[in-house]
Amino acid sequence: MNPILVIARLTFKEAVRRRIATASLVLGILFLIVFNLGFHFMTAEIAAHPGTSQVELMLEQVYNFLHLAAMYASNFMVIVFGTLITADSISGEITSGVVQVTVTKPIARWQYVIGKWLGNAGLLALYLALLCGGSVLGIWLQTGYIAPHVTEGIPLLYLNGLIVMTVALALSSTMSTLATGGTVFGLFGVAFIGGWIERIGTLLKNDTAINIGILSSLLMPSEAIWNLASSRMTNQLASSFGATPFSFSQTPSPVMIAFTGLYLLGFLYAAVWNFKKRDL
Amino acid sequence: MSAQFAIQSLSLRKEFGKTVAVRGLNLEVPRGEVFGFLGPNGAGKTTSIKMFLGLVAPTSGNIRILGEEPAKTEIRSRLGFLPEHFRFHEWLTGQEFLTLHGRLYSIPSARLTARIEELLELVGLAEFRHKQLRTYSKGMLQRIGLAQALLNRPELVFLDEPTSGLDPVGRRLVRDIIRSLKTEGTTVFLNSHLLSEVEITCDRVAFIKFGEVLRVSSLSSLVDGETTLTARVHNLSPESLPGLSAWAKDIRLDGNTLHMVVLDEESLPAINRYLVESGAQVYAFSPQKMSLEDLFIQVVGMDGGL
Repeated sequence: MNPILVIARLTFKEAVRRRIATASLVLGILFLIVFNLGFHFMTAEIAAHPGTSQVELMLEQVYNFLHLAAMYASNFMVIVFGTLITADSISGEITSGVVQVTVTKPIARWQYVIGKWLGNAGLLALYLALLCGGSVLGIWLQTGYIAPHVTEGIPLLYLNGLIVMTVALALSSTMSTLATGGTVFGLFGVAFIGGWIERIGTLLKNDTAINIGILSSLLMPSEAIWNLASSRMTNQLASSFGATPFSFSQTPSPVMIAFTGLYLLGFLYAAVWNFKKRDL
Repeated sequence: MSAQFAIQSLSLRKEFGKTVAVRGLNLEVPRGEVFGFLGPNGAGKTTSIKMFLGLVAPTSGNIRILGEEPAKTEIRSRLGFLPEHFRFHEWLTGQEFLTLHGRLYSIPSARLTARIEELLELVGLAEFRHKQLRTYSKGMLQRIGLAQALLNRPELVFLDEPTSGLDPVGRRLVRDIIRSLKTEGTTVFLNSHLLSEVEITCDRVAFIKFGEVLRVSSLSSLVDGETTLTARVHNLSPESLPGLSAWAKDIRLDGNTLHMVVLDEESLPAINRYLVESGAQVYAFSPQKMSLEDLFIQVVGMDGGL
């Protein structure tokens, strides 16, 4: 078996054995129960007065709004999950000394890092599939409604998870677990507040506020990608208002999207480089 | 640098910031030898081993492991390593742990299964194979660690303190394994504080201090070497002492205790006879070989490590 796959499989197995997978599964199911129950009672209340076209129109807005709320929560949970599973993945093994028996085998250091990345990417995919898949399926089963462009929006949320996980991996290869976790959440916080400053700045036509938002997206593009994902999944009527509590109709430019791709690859390269150069 | 050596290092140096861990290590370990690496704490032993294995990059100097650079990934398929602190993925079972590392060595599945069976039997952990490593004792972890170091039938194996957590039975097991490795032509590089173990198992030893090799000694020369004699005697006249120089040197009489270094062990009966014929009464007569510990103290000094 290719050493990269051996490490990826080991990462998966670790998540299962250390009950990370079980805890995530239980909390993910709890999330879906809360969401679907809430969705059921809220939509039932509105649907209790059927008949008029305004109610029908309003129902669709509510479905879309709640879909976006579920995606918003899923995005946050995936980012937290990605950070937590990755922050300790390299630094923890260096601190404990476990890494010494692994990297003295015929495996290149870049293979070790890519194996970890693949394993974590697989775990993220499963977690995202549970949260987003469960929400979308729950809404569809109850109402027959599916938000627009979910097949684009959900992969964008996955990209968001991968970005944060890759940053955590790069930091984990050179910093301690706690420093990694703190730095990643800090960057996420900067991106979050920067995103809101940019939105409000756009409404007020304030260039300085917009530039602060752009700068924060350059530091961590997670909010920009969320904005793109949510705007794709927002229905036409809500989009026409220019903003929802979760997104903003002005989506990131193609340059920003290209930058995000380079950002991810850059941090993956940094993870490999840091680990390769590090004394173990 | 020559491929006839399992390990060759030239002017090897490692600095961590302002601290010099290894000052200029020159070492040659021929293939097939069981080689002991001795020195006080902080002498740079573990850092040197880490440089040999490519875990730590040298600041300067050259290393060849089995004729190749340690940074080469392929060379590691011919190496085995038991680290000092044997920390492993504790959520794996013994069997899974060996399977994982066998896969990293790219050992084909059928051959790996057979090899794991063989090694679990060898280290006495066959009945614990399905237990997670977190439930293993320190000695069991050391045994399973030793098994993983031998999975690929290495040409060169590094054992960093392989007996530190073991009871006497475990120590004997490690000794036997090292002996059988030697028979198979494997080079064993042994870092151990247990000098008695080193004395029994090694062909040669290097004494290292402050990151430099002070001396390399053959253990067989130690066995064939000098014998010290301590005798408790009464009524030995100082005039009789020069007569002992035919068989001994460094002769010294402290009260009733006579010390000397005997040149040849065969001369001990003659010394005893000479003492008696000189009118002395001999109450005790204790010849002692110089131990590795004596040699260690002699070479490294009494100031110990850090």
